[in-house]
Amino acid sequence: MTLTPSDRVAEVPPSGIRRFFELAEEMDDVISLGVGEPDFSAPWAAREAAITSLERGQTSYTANRGKRELREEIARDVRRWNLEYDPDDEILVTAGASEALDLAFRALVNPGDTVAVAQPCYVSYEPGVTFAGGEVLDVPTRVEDEFKLTPEVLSEAGAEDADLLVYCYPNNPTGATMNRAELFEVAQFCREHDVDVLSDEIYADLTYEGEHVSIAEFDGMRERTVVFNGFSKAYAMTGLRLGYAMGPAEVISAMNRVHQYTMLSAPTTAQHAAIEALRNCEEEVAEMRKQYDRRRNFVLSRFEEMGVDCFEATGAFYVFPECPGDDAEQFAEDLLEAEQVAMVPGSAFGAGADGHLRASYATGLDELKEAMDRLERFVA
Amino acid sequence: MDERDELLELLCENARYSTADLARLTGRDEEAVEEAIDELEAQGVVQGYTAIVDWDAVGDERVQAHVECNVTLDRETSYRDVAKRLAGFPEVQGLRLVSGDYDFALEVEGQNMREVSRFISDKVAPLPEITQTVTHYIMETYKQGGYRFDDGGDDDRLSVTP
Repeated sequence: MTLTPSDRVAEVPPSGIRRFFELAEEMDDVISLGVGEPDFSAPWAAREAAITSLERGQTSYTANRGKRELREEIARDVRRWNLEYDPDDEILVTAGASEALDLAFRALVNPGDTVAVAQPCYVSYEPGVTFAGGEVLDVPTRVEDEFKLTPEVLSEAGAEDADLLVYCYPNNPTGATMNRAELFEVAQFCREHDVDVLSDEIYADLTYEGEHVSIAEFDGMRERTVVFNGFSKAYAMTGLRLGYAMGPAEVISAMNRVHQYTMLSAPTTAQHAAIEALRNCEEEVAEMRKQYDRRRNFVLSRFEEMGVDCFEATGAFYVFPECPGDDAEQFAEDLLEAEQVAMVPGSAFGAGADGHLRASYATGLDELKEAMDRLERFVA
Repeated sequence: MDERDELLELLCENARYSTADLARLTGRDEEAVEEAIDELEAQGVVQGYTAIVDWDAVGDERVQAHVECNVTLDRETSYRDVAKRLAGFPEVQGLRLVSGDYDFALEVEGQNMREVSRFISDKVAPLPEITQTVTHYIMETYKQGGYRFDDGGDDDRLSVTP
């Protein structure tokens, strides 16, 4: 007998970007616009807090739900988005927002449950649903709707019968955001059809136009929503692995039950850094947001100048241009081979993404300029 | 932040940004950006454009020193008068009036220590208003004009991530 992966795991295909990633790794002098993480380092004060915690020997487990001090800071911080959560039993600190999402799938999805996934989306949602034994319902958003979720899009996909809806705004990979009026309509749909929501808001602080709005602020939605956020994107703390989930006490308790048997607690050092980040790093976040916004303007202008149609992203650090060629995967590979510029083919991010490419502008402006010059040469 | 401040900030970040780049970065019209910069130059707000160079990296042996200068003034001589004389020396790369234990902070540059020392002893110290100079030679520069010299900028992130 040999070790054999479970059917559930075998069912999940490898990431759509794996082959592309391997190609990019093999080549020299690649300018990668395929990186979904900040090129900044975490604010110094947060790093200093992490160092100090180590010097003090604070290296043991924390409470399963995370340090109370951190949960209190999170509760205080999210009030700016009209969200009110009790740090005692409505907030769970996790090893990245990815863990929080996985916990939610495992805690909320019964075998055979349907989870509607708004797409294009972060690559982990579908596997997460499958690992939990659920069935994925594709909800492709459309470029003509600016990749926003609408009641029409949900109805067309048959999401009335879904048990859960998962989405991410500001969105990876499109950079789309949703305003209050648009989210209100989605909330109405969810209440009307009894659909619960997993709202991934990891890019909330990277909203460039308008304000970030959470669906959980609407009447009757707090009870049926879990909100996810973390420190990876806005605070450039990807490697520290720290996220959190907020929701009704019963759901957070169920998620914590899974968490306590798998992770026990999120990294202690990272929690110390996160407390400092929330207390004293607002200016650094604002500065990073300003830099991303400039790069966004720059990249969008360059696409326009070279005649490449590009959806006007208003959040996160991605743009999602239409592929100038017929086949986005082939185009991305050819671009990589010819000009050593890596852009991820949209198909990696699920339904509704065909014919697009994702370009991250979480890279220095000099490199962005060079990448755009090379792309311009390639599409000429 | 208004247009003027934003342009100044971007030029301080990188004086080599073209007007086209500045227009793209700020989402403004290229012509308007060009006009604004012309105006900033004409008003003397932008005094010049320069590069930040790590001379060690090209094996250049030039020497830099930070020189503290104390002065005495009389009714006819002001700080500005002394500053005017000091600023006239091409060896003086930077000159500031400061508060604290001394009056002027000079940044002096020369090809070697002998040249810098001779400049201080022969040109600066003999000025009638100068009562004392203290010279600190720069041993290593780690950061200048906001740029870290030891930061190779290596990007060790994965080439492609979700």
